[in-house]
Amino acid sequence: MTAFGTAAGRPLQGRGGSPGFRFTLYALVAVVVMYLDQRAHYLERVRYLLQGAVYPVQVAVNSPPTAWRWLKESFQTREQLRAENARLRERQRDLELLAMRYDALARENGELRGLRDALPSVADRWLPAEIVNVQLNSLRQRLLVNRGATNGVFKGQAVLDDRGLIGQTTHVGPWSAEVILITDPEHAVPVRIERTGLRTIAVGGGDGSSLALPYLPSNADVRSGDLLVTSGLGGVFPEGYPVARVTEVHRDAVQPLAQVRALALSHIDSDAEVMLVWFRPGHPAAPAPSLNGAGDLPRGNSAMQPLEVSAHRAAAPEATAPAVPAVPSAPPRRARSASPAPAAAAPAPAPADTVHATESPPPAATPPADAPAQPQGEP
Amino acid sequence: MTTLAGFRLRMLFTVLIALVLTVLPLPTWLDVLRPAFLVLTVLYWSINAPRAAGIGLGFLCGLMLDVFQGPVLGEHALALAVIAYIAVREHQRIRSKPAFQQSLLVFAALIVYELVVFAIDGWTGHPVTSPLRWLHTLSGAILWPPAAALLSYSEGRLA
Repeated sequence: MTAFGTAAGRPLQGRGGSPGFRFTLYALVAVVVMYLDQRAHYLERVRYLLQGAVYPVQVAVNSPPTAWRWLKESFQTREQLRAENARLRERQRDLELLAMRYDALARENGELRGLRDALPSVADRWLPAEIVNVQLNSLRQRLLVNRGATNGVFKGQAVLDDRGLIGQTTHVGPWSAEVILITDPEHAVPVRIERTGLRTIAVGGGDGSSLALPYLPSNADVRSGDLLVTSGLGGVFPEGYPVARVTEVHRDAVQPLAQVRALALSHIDSDAEVMLVWFRPGHPAAPAPSLNGAGDLPRGNSAMQPLEVSAHRAAAPEATAPAVPAVPSAPPRRARSASPAPAAAAPAPAPADTVHATESPPPAATPPADAPAQPQGEP
Repeated sequence: MTTLAGFRLRMLFTVLIALVLTVLPLPTWLDVLRPAFLVLTVLYWSINAPRAAGIGLGFLCGLMLDVFQGPVLGEHALALAVIAYIAVREHQRIRSKPAFQQSLLVFAALIVYELVVFAIDGWTGHPVTSPLRWLHTLSGAILWPPAAALLSYSEGRLA
């Protein structure tokens, strides 16, 4: 009977064309859809609607575990509830004592750092979300939570639990949002080693609880037990939230990079709820911007300022400036201190303040362009 | 079978069940072994009812998979359209084979499916090169005889 196999497509013709034609059509549509979704991001709206459409299926799939949890909770005894209540009350008292000091400490820290705008942003609003569906395999580690655009959730929002960072939202539907975990192999989070301040990137390990630090040189100061916190670079996660603890440091003499693994602090397998967090860029401890009047910023010790020479060099220190999390504070300061030099055409202010000022008279006649070379050549 | 519309309704019912099985939360070690239920269902209907199902069904099911677990829309849609097309083209040859040989052919189809998904994953910048991603083709091929029997039972009983 397989001898007639070559004519297999024939009886199907007539409705909607031959299989080959229909396949070409569908394949073309699929490729166009892929292009639009990947390159042009035209399909955010379509994805939004589709995610809303499949949400009932996801809720239905999750109903047995939810029902089981509800059943377990409703059969708890009075003694158990009373014990839990006492424990929670005690914990709340402890936390309130800590929180009392927190505000004062945050303000004091802000004053000590004196960085005005450079203070890290703070959590402004929390929204607890229930986990509807979990995908935890080595290829994809995602959560589906029951909050979506109608609750104000947006794409790229940080998700935490009470122990540490969980991940960020990737697709937001009307009533649900997909969260990519920090342990997903496709996810990378900028972190800082708390003990040393060394910044690096933690990539998901793919096994549900571990992360890898693949970009640390083998002579980097990192050891087992170090705490990793978010560094605030990248703009998705604000600074200072715990991410993971280093568990394993492996240095190989022939490898230029150390192999470091860390264990995520969040417990995604035991959580039933996660926190969606909104962050406010303005830190409450940061002093108001118009405190000194007329926007005049203090210069600090002028001997420690970099030499600022001329207009065309003024852009350079900005590029080589250390990567401070709050970039916005740096440019206005540079611009203001650099602008008088070419405009006045009189003594350039920067070299006059430096150590060379004692041995060389103010270079009144020299153009500001070769001001820094002048004091060194004169004596 | 009674009418085409009624038949399609039953078909969509099995598709929905397969979809639920696909997104059902499972423990990690079991999740890697989970066969692609929706792909098997599409294969079954493409082989046994190429007129009612076929490439369009594959495309729609793939789109649903994309919403659940695809990095880009259209990825699984294309992969499922490809194997639905192969199954529709060769449905008479596949149908006439004994169960064991059918399993082997289904294994080949699942490899093609995973190959397409793998390639698109790579092109769109989500490369997952773990060998574990190919494991479901094996479990799918093993599951094929009972799954086909179950699907044909539902088809026969409801008809």
